[in-house]
Amino acid sequence: MAHISVNVDGVAYEDEVEPRLLLVHYLRDRLGLTGTPVGCDTSNCGACTVDLNGASVKSCSVLAVQADGGEVTTIQGLAVGDAWHPLQKSFHEQHALQCGYCTPGMIMAARDLLKENPDPTPEDVRHALEGNLCRCTGYQNIVRAVLAAAAELRRHGAPEPRGVRSDVPSTTGQEAPA
Amino acid sequence: MTEQLIAPEVGRSRTRKEDARLVTGQTNWTDNITLPGLLHVAILRSPMAHARIDRIDVTPSLARPGVIAAFSGRELAAELGSLPCAWQVTEDMVLPDHPPLAVDEVRYAGDPVAVVVARDRYTAADALEDIWVDYTPLPPVLDLEGALAEGSPLVHSGKGTNRCYTWPLASGDYAAARAAADVVVRRRYTQQRLIPNAMEPRAVVAAPVASSGEYTLYSATQIPHIVRIMMSLTTGIPEHKLRVVAPDVGGGFGSKLQVYGEEAIALGLARRLGRPVKWTESRSEGYLATHHGRGQIQDIELAATRDGKLLGLKADILADMGAYLMIITPGTPLLGAFMYPGIYKMDAYSFTCTGVFTTKTPTDAYRGAGRPEATFAIERTMDELAAELGTDPLELRRRNWIQHDEFPYTTIAGLTYDSGNYEAATDRALALFGYDDLRAEQRARHDNADPVRLGIGISTYTEMCGLAPSRILGSLRYAAGGWEAASIRMLPTGKVEVITGTSPHGQGHVTCWSQIAADALGVPFDDVEVMHGDTRVAPQGMDTYGSRSLVIGGVAVHRAAEKVVAKARRVAAHLLEASEDDLEFSGGTFTVKGSPEAHKSIQEIAFATFAGHDLPEGMEPTLNAEHLLDPDNFSYPHGTHLCAVEVDTETGRVRIRSYVCVDDVGRVVNPMIVEGQVHGGVAQGIAQALYEEAVYDDEGNLVSGTMADYLVPAAPDLPDLVTDRTETPATSNPLGVKGVGEAGTIASTPAVVNAVMDALRPLGVRDIRMPCTPERVWQAVKEATK
Amino acid sequence: MIPAAFDYARPETVDEAVRTLADAGEEAKVLAGGQSLLPILRLRLAFPDLLVDVGRIAELRGVRRDGDHLAIGAMTTHHDVIHDPQVRAHVGLLAAATATVADPSVRHLGTLGGSLAHADPAGDLPAVCLALDAELVAIGPQGRRIIPAREFFTDYLQTSLRPDELLTEIRVPVLDGWGFHYEKFNRVSQAWAVVGVAALVRRTDGRIAEARVGLVNMGPTPKRAHLTETALAGADAASEAVARAAALAAEGTRPSNDLSGSVEYREHLARVLTRRAVLAAAGMA
Repeated sequence: MAHISVNVDGVAYEDEVEPRLLLVHYLRDRLGLTGTPVGCDTSNCGACTVDLNGASVKSCSVLAVQADGGEVTTIQGLAVGDAWHPLQKSFHEQHALQCGYCTPGMIMAARDLLKENPDPTPEDVRHALEGNLCRCTGYQNIVRAVLAAAAELRRHGAPEPRGVRSDVPSTTGQEAPA
Repeated sequence: MTEQLIAPEVGRSRTRKEDARLVTGQTNWTDNITLPGLLHVAILRSPMAHARIDRIDVTPSLARPGVIAAFSGRELAAELGSLPCAWQVTEDMVLPDHPPLAVDEVRYAGDPVAVVVARDRYTAADALEDIWVDYTPLPPVLDLEGALAEGSPLVHSGKGTNRCYTWPLASGDYAAARAAADVVVRRRYTQQRLIPNAMEPRAVVAAPVASSGEYTLYSATQIPHIVRIMMSLTTGIPEHKLRVVAPDVGGGFGSKLQVYGEEAIALGLARRLGRPVKWTESRSEGYLATHHGRGQIQDIELAATRDGKLLGLKADILADMGAYLMIITPGTPLLGAFMYPGIYKMDAYSFTCTGVFTTKTPTDAYRGAGRPEATFAIERTMDELAAELGTDPLELRRRNWIQHDEFPYTTIAGLTYDSGNYEAATDRALALFGYDDLRAEQRARHDNADPVRLGIGISTYTEMCGLAPSRILGSLRYAAGGWEAASIRMLPTGKVEVITGTSPHGQGHVTCWSQIAADALGVPFDDVEVMHGDTRVAPQGMDTYGSRSLVIGGVAVHRAAEKVVAKARRVAAHLLEASEDDLEFSGGTFTVKGSPEAHKSIQEIAFATFAGHDLPEGMEPTLNAEHLLDPDNFSYPHGTHLCAVEVDTETGRVRIRSYVCVDDVGRVVNPMIVEGQVHGGVAQGIAQALYEEAVYDDEGNLVSGTMADYLVPAAPDLPDLVTDRTETPATSNPLGVKGVGEAGTIASTPAVVNAVMDALRPLGVRDIRMPCTPERVWQAVKEATK
Repeated sequence: MIPAAFDYARPETVDEAVRTLADAGEEAKVLAGGQSLLPILRLRLAFPDLLVDVGRIAELRGVRRDGDHLAIGAMTTHHDVIHDPQVRAHVGLLAAATATVADPSVRHLGTLGGSLAHADPAGDLPAVCLALDAELVAIGPQGRRIIPAREFFTDYLQTSLRPDELLTEIRVPVLDGWGFHYEKFNRVSQAWAVVGVAALVRRTDGRIAEARVGLVNMGPTPKRAHLTETALAGADAASEAVARAAALAAEGTRPSNDLSGSVEYREHLARVLTRRAVLAAAGMA
């Protein structure tokens, strides 16, 4: 057993865990935070995406012991009181979910994109979500929703800017002049 | 007038009531459920496609701390029974036993052989490693034609054959039509096996109430009502002692339209151990254990005159059943039997389907279920015929489709299409697509020998959905009916509870049924609550599949609301001392014609019926109604999908350049939700055309066994669709609605493959098997041009 | 699926990590970002007794200039590689290829060193580092040694790292003035490359002075297309010359025949993608 202390959605927890315990099972089975679901066993689907120390991760591919000392934000920690995060609002308004199983991961991955790129193109959004699978929507309304939330966040200022931002590099280029 | 004018709810893009818990993580997926004393189940599965089980020893697992119990199939066989098949499609259909845990023989890689129960899911997973099984390998049966050949190894040796059934349908004289034809186009298509991939893996929780012999089964299912009946028959738990709940269900697409062994196993273990148990599949386990879709070889013949008039169609199908017959395994390909003629007029039609056992995961319904296969065959072959005749493929379709003034039209397959307007949908699609410009670009690329070719694919589809009139299901030997139930309760405070027998898993029934009820009752949308998915709350129903929920279940809500209004009208007449005929009902208020001051709202009447102080003579108190609706006919949505692809002939990569779909799903309750259904449906059809395939190796192992190998497309892999609608109301129901859940999937696969073929036909390519992978496209081009 | 049980150690220094590995013997595995390892453990394709988590060793992270090299800490995440200004200015090929690895969430935890030590020939970065003539720094009980990339990848998922050695740093030559292109061919966006080609080209007056081509998934280890490189050295910067050289790209490769491609198709793709990558890197696309 290993001792971990983790802050999840603003609450501090201390626990003894098996080293092999996956972060997602720690959230679901130990903390009862079942808002984060599991969709696969190969890290392809992204349903379990959460924020760990300011960056999105797939919580099925992280050990709880790796999160020791860290801060985790899940879909259940996004709303402030009754006020939904702009992405939660836009997913609802743009009909970006049907069954809703991928939605927590989609929103967490989209939130990560908007921290780095507050004004993405539709293509940026599609690429940023390439690790999150949805079987219901064909993604079209998800892209719309992320763009709508981006516009909303730009109007009101992103609440949690990460600061460093650079474009995704092009696959072709030139090294610095010799 | 005091009458309030309220904009009708039906036709509005209401945002969904369902979303609040889904976007905030306040969900109730089956795997979320915890109960006092809950135990965790893990299932050991066969690593071989076909083998005799010589010995199973589960006892080593019992030594592991935290393991409560472990059983082999033999130990549980007596109490678990055999899993049901509800569709004996022919009298002589071969129906093998299907024990939830294999006893003597395993027949597909993934066939369950033993089960462990432990205090947590980690211990249960570990304990599987402790179980010993000795197998003697038997030869796998993988190829459909080979399985039918003399001397083939048998999947079920006791049955003497791998042929499950042969089911024919004939109408008109096909031989005569063929003899009269100038042109006969013959093609063989393969419908690859697909894995449905609902994002929520399956999960089951079974909880006993030990003192009373009652059980609650929570299951990630589309069909709680059918599961209740079938689990009662399978496990022997009396139906009235079994409650089935479908909590939040994360997608189904047919894969949760099933009665699964794990449901029986969970109930059996809960009964034996007297404790609640949970089983949740992992994704790669689900790839073996959850049924697959499609899996057909189609031999198609289309006979026509030289000027492009269709004369007859012949379709001979081999359908892969997999190792066992599940709930509607044998019937699934037959749901397509009536759709091969599509929207076209012809004189003769001949169809046979032969079901074949293989040592693979059983097949069953996957989005469209038989109809995508049929639509693919006819739409692909129409393009081939057009090429053969040197005609524009759209022109060929126009020459043969049912004209809008010919409805209702009884097709050569015997269906009566109630309404449609193929001309209007096609004209609209063409206007949005830029057909002529794309054709010009296509010619230019061809003339310049551009390595990137352009192709245009057309799919003018219809489908039969809204399953189904019970008398037709009966004539097809299906075990049950196709009706649906709805109840409405007006509460004393004027709020409304709608109870539906449909069981949504992403479709948005709560929102749409609220819209329907709000209009019919004249109450605010937000005053309606819709309840479903629990046999104790919604005791009757036939659940959700086959694009049936709106056209049967939604219409049943409308009918139940009409009954509520009728009763309320009697009460209003009584209270207002007027005759019922003198009352107008609008915006939720009954008003006496000519006396606008004399009125009663439906909420006032609800309270009056609750109080019961002053009701018409003999009337029962409260304002409730129930309606059980058995439809007269199927629903026939249609539309025109146009797809333009760019094909890189050097690498074989296909890129969808543009995609236009104009669908006619009749009157629309919620346009936003309809558009969402089309988006998702088209995405799955594109996935069949380009990406997905369940691949088995020569030993019968599923090679595409994880999500890393089975290519579910992500956002960058799919195009933005241009969607639009025409609206030709259905005449078969009072709302004028048609089904939409499967339409996009049915339409899109042939549109995409036709586009690929249209790009490459000038190079001499005749066909490319789905999915049109870059390698297959490259190979086809190479062979055609060498 | 759920990993089998293992012990866990989280050293805070390289020395401690090396000692832990040396004590544990063959049954220990280094946990870097875990983005390849965790799925393998979950599918129970590996059963290590001990995971040595090097994720908290600060000295293994970050990028610094060291003469004519960039020294990239082995535990620098893909995300940090992509966004590092020095990497982008001087080893843009690495940033470009890293941006195609998996997806953003995986790139937040996955590391350059982890990808190289995992040595999956379908991975993007082994072939890129081979094309860059990178050097890999390993530290073990016997001290520090530098392994040229061409000697690092020994077989499918095998490297010349010893069980008690830790990969600590990747030293990448600064290639100022070179053009680059990474051409990845996969079937869906998050899939592994069927074939990938990393090209680097240095041009002088209408000629290709020098070119380097690294091939992804063209054998059990990453490959250089040596014949193509030789043919390109001194060649006209003309599309015909590039095409002739690219036609040699599959010579000497041993690609596998699997679900995502046959040997024949992979060889074909190697030629086509090499031509495209070299043309792009040479600014001729």
